[in-house]
Amino acid sequence: MSDDRLTIAGIDFRSRLWVGTGKYKDFVETQKAIEASGAEVVTVAVRRVNITDRKSENLLDYISPKTYKILPNTAGCYNVEDALRYARLARAAGISDMVKLEVIGDEKTLFPDTAGLIEAAKILVKEGFIVFPYTNDDPIVAKRLVDVGCPAVMPLAAPIGSGLGIRNPYNLKILMEAVNVPVIVDAGVGTASDAALAMEYGADAVLMNSAIAGAKEPILMAEAMKYAVWAGRMAFKAGRIPRKLYATASSPIEGML
Amino acid sequence: MRITLNGEAREVTEGQSVASLLADLGVQAERVAVELNLKIVDRQTFTGTSLRDGDRVEVIGFIGGGRSDDDER
Repeated sequence: MSDDRLTIAGIDFRSRLWVGTGKYKDFVETQKAIEASGAEVVTVAVRRVNITDRKSENLLDYISPKTYKILPNTAGCYNVEDALRYARLARAAGISDMVKLEVIGDEKTLFPDTAGLIEAAKILVKEGFIVFPYTNDDPIVAKRLVDVGCPAVMPLAAPIGSGLGIRNPYNLKILMEAVNVPVIVDAGVGTASDAALAMEYGADAVLMNSAIAGAKEPILMAEAMKYAVWAGRMAFKAGRIPRKLYATASSPIEGML
Repeated sequence: MRITLNGEAREVTEGQSVASLLADLGVQAERVAVELNLKIVDRQTFTGTSLRDGDRVEVIGFIGGGRSDDDER
């Protein structure tokens, strides 16, 4: 499985588990959990720097851009203009051309505004960004995102932070068939089996934050997620047996007394 | 003279450069992006860019965040 690399826009990704850095107790816990998860891609938010406390620490002192692929997001952006502004600032901060594009449509559900998302993605792709769009589990929207130049799509499994798991596996499966780019299931994972299922369905990677950071033991959960993603990926590649209503004996009848 | 820095009024010396402002703030220039009156300042020009009275400056960096529920709004 070590040669089972994921490649997007010419970039090789070692791990199929991608993680966020929000909601942890402190930077040390963030660092330990991410290390335990084996993740290589780490999402971060773009915000005003704390200028009142000179001693305030920097997340990147704990999550080094030399070790990890930092994926800035446009979390908290509710319109195209804001999302573009945050994406451009993220790139100007000089870490990478990658952006996890979020254009949120509604505070209660945090569902994406897919019309705004497509519009913003189109502009950013033209500006040379590698756009990872956080989208709905809608195959048609996913196709539109690919059409405007997104090298991957990131459909939700359930609302962000809900931990509900994969609410519509059939849509996700159709989506995976509908697009010819990697699919990274993002949002909604609650526990390890959800991550394994996403990978078994054929997802190329899974992104999560709350399921790890919000667990009673985040570092332990991070490790559980690592194995779940591996197991799910291996099972997908191995190919599961078909479901049948009745039993089929595993032991031969021949040779019985 | 007075500028607005990350949404708050701040007194700075006449003609202070962006680089010098960041140094005063104790901010590592290579870890941030700077927006001056809604335009991104190229980091190569931090030293050569002087601030003017009334400028609106944003100093932006990365914080912990996964998705939209994770930030401290």
